[in-house]
Amino acid sequence: MGNYILRRVLLALPSLLGISVILFTVLALAPGDPFEELATNPNVPPEVRLALRAQLGLDDPVWTRYGHWLSSMLKGDWGFSFVSRIDVDTLIMQRLPVTIVIIGASQILALLVALPVGILAAVKPYSWFDRIASTLSFIGFSLPTFFTGLLFILFFSIQLDWFPFVYRADISATGWQWWWEHIRQSIMPVAVLGLFQAASWMRYVRSSVLDVVRLDYVSTARSKGLSERVVINKHVVRNALIPVVTLVALQMPAIFGGAIVTEQIFRIPGIGSLLIDAILRNDTPVIMAVTFVFSGLVIFFNLVADLLYGWLDPRISYR
Amino acid sequence: MAGSTPASATADGAAALGKARSSVSPWGEAWRRFKRHRLAYWSLWVLGALMLAVLFGPLVYKVGINDIDFQARLAGPSLKHPLGTDDLGRDLLARVLYGGRISLAVGFAAMLVAIVVGVTIGAIAGISRGWIDTALMWVTDLFLSLPQLPLLLVLIFFFRDPLKSVFGPEAGIFLLIVVVIGGFRWMPVARLVRAQFFSLREKEFVEAARALGASTQRQVVRHILPNSLGPVIVAATIDVAAAIIAESTLSFLGLGFPPDIPTWGRILFDAKDYLDIAMHWSMFPGLAIFVTVLTINFIGDGLRDALDPRRVM
Repeated sequence: MGNYILRRVLLALPSLLGISVILFTVLALAPGDPFEELATNPNVPPEVRLALRAQLGLDDPVWTRYGHWLSSMLKGDWGFSFVSRIDVDTLIMQRLPVTIVIIGASQILALLVALPVGILAAVKPYSWFDRIASTLSFIGFSLPTFFTGLLFILFFSIQLDWFPFVYRADISATGWQWWWEHIRQSIMPVAVLGLFQAASWMRYVRSSVLDVVRLDYVSTARSKGLSERVVINKHVVRNALIPVVTLVALQMPAIFGGAIVTEQIFRIPGIGSLLIDAILRNDTPVIMAVTFVFSGLVIFFNLVADLLYGWLDPRISYR
Repeated sequence: MAGSTPASATADGAAALGKARSSVSPWGEAWRRFKRHRLAYWSLWVLGALMLAVLFGPLVYKVGINDIDFQARLAGPSLKHPLGTDDLGRDLLARVLYGGRISLAVGFAAMLVAIVVGVTIGAIAGISRGWIDTALMWVTDLFLSLPQLPLLLVLIFFFRDPLKSVFGPEAGIFLLIVVVIGGFRWMPVARLVRAQFFSLREKEFVEAARALGASTQRQVVRHILPNSLGPVIVAATIDVAAAIIAESTLSFLGLGFPPDIPTWGRILFDAKDYLDIAMHWSMFPGLAIFVTVLTINFIGDGLRDALDPRRVM
């Protein structure tokens, strides 16, 4: 297992490198010059501008600049936000926890819904329960998160007045009250993201369980006289989860996309809304860093999925 | 079974293909299976109606998308404005119909980009073993682990202005959005096509073609590619829905089409601050996206049943 983990980690590194190359290519190809402001400023003589360019290495060949950028990214020197006037890494560290909590909670919710519903639907295929669940899941993943978000606000905040629709980071209450306020304002974003994921995962779980239920070893388990409950929980589900883990890992980029939208709707101060703000205000260092953090997160969760895969199917880790 | 099924197939769909009663063409057979998926069949009608409305609606319903009427600001649905108006008193039906054209056009065009790139890469990887295959699959996996929405936003942010100045505001943004969305959706298609190629190129009929001296190009174009299209068509259908959602998401974040072009996502973006006083404003474009995406997804599901008989239980 240790060997397998090491191999997976080593395989993740080139992907991260590849992503950094793509990101830097986008930045290098992008029109516009960080010195535009200086160029139009009459108080800065042209020779000062040229000297500054040379000093900052803007005239170096692309691959030298890539090397500089990568080494400073690795050293943790992520630059300085043009707008907020603080270091980018401090800014991201302030925003990241909220995003992680919201995404994590919504994934747990999605699993709690998708697993039982998908398994129950597959155990009795084409029953009423299956039909209703499958139709609902189709509706669920055809509703874009930005529309469900608006519907939730309309129904639960405006009509019923149950939850606040603006997320506040600066809640003054302490103790239990503080926890309660935070949970209350997180319910809607977590539900929007989680139910959307649950809808598509439920279909994966269902079709995967359907594939496994027909296999011979399941019939063997049944004919040994094991109860249906044991057959499903111990024999079917674990094997059915293997393809589900792959599909879930493939969806990771989409999950982060959904998080950006949800953060924007509910005005959650996470890194998704930080990215949107930075784009709207031309804050290039923040844009690059946040995109890089998102890439890192995607790769990290793919790694987790690979490890989970090895745990679910030990044969894989010995290959 | 054998006696009754072909008869119904010829009566419904295959008759149009001019086939004899006894033989049912593969497409007729697929159509018969497709019709058995009730939801998919009805979705085809709903989506067809929606597309007709979007294409020909503006020709019949002659209200300008930018006609400002301050007398009727934020008015609810009425006879004069069937879907109500927005904060400047512009007619929502006209805007939703016009926006539908753009949203659907983006969906189909981005799907085409994704399919062309995906089929090309998948076919090259599938027919050439060795390092080309390995390299192409590494690139595919790399693209699959890119965070798509952040990169979409970044690309549009960087390249919006130069493209606008070259192609004009509408065409430039359209081109950019289509290429970028399509450029992030080809990977599943490439994997599908590659897997199909791997199994098909060992089949007897391809071997026969090879024995008869068919060049690699002819084997691919005449024999392998047409037989691997079933799953590609299904993927293409789902891609249209995904591209429509992607475009709406961009517009909803305020980074898609410029404000004067009312795509569905853009109308929602403008409407979201008026949820409490003008519910209709956000409901209708939202419903339009939802119905389009839902029907396309159902059609994709029906096509999967129809074109991939092995999967049907």
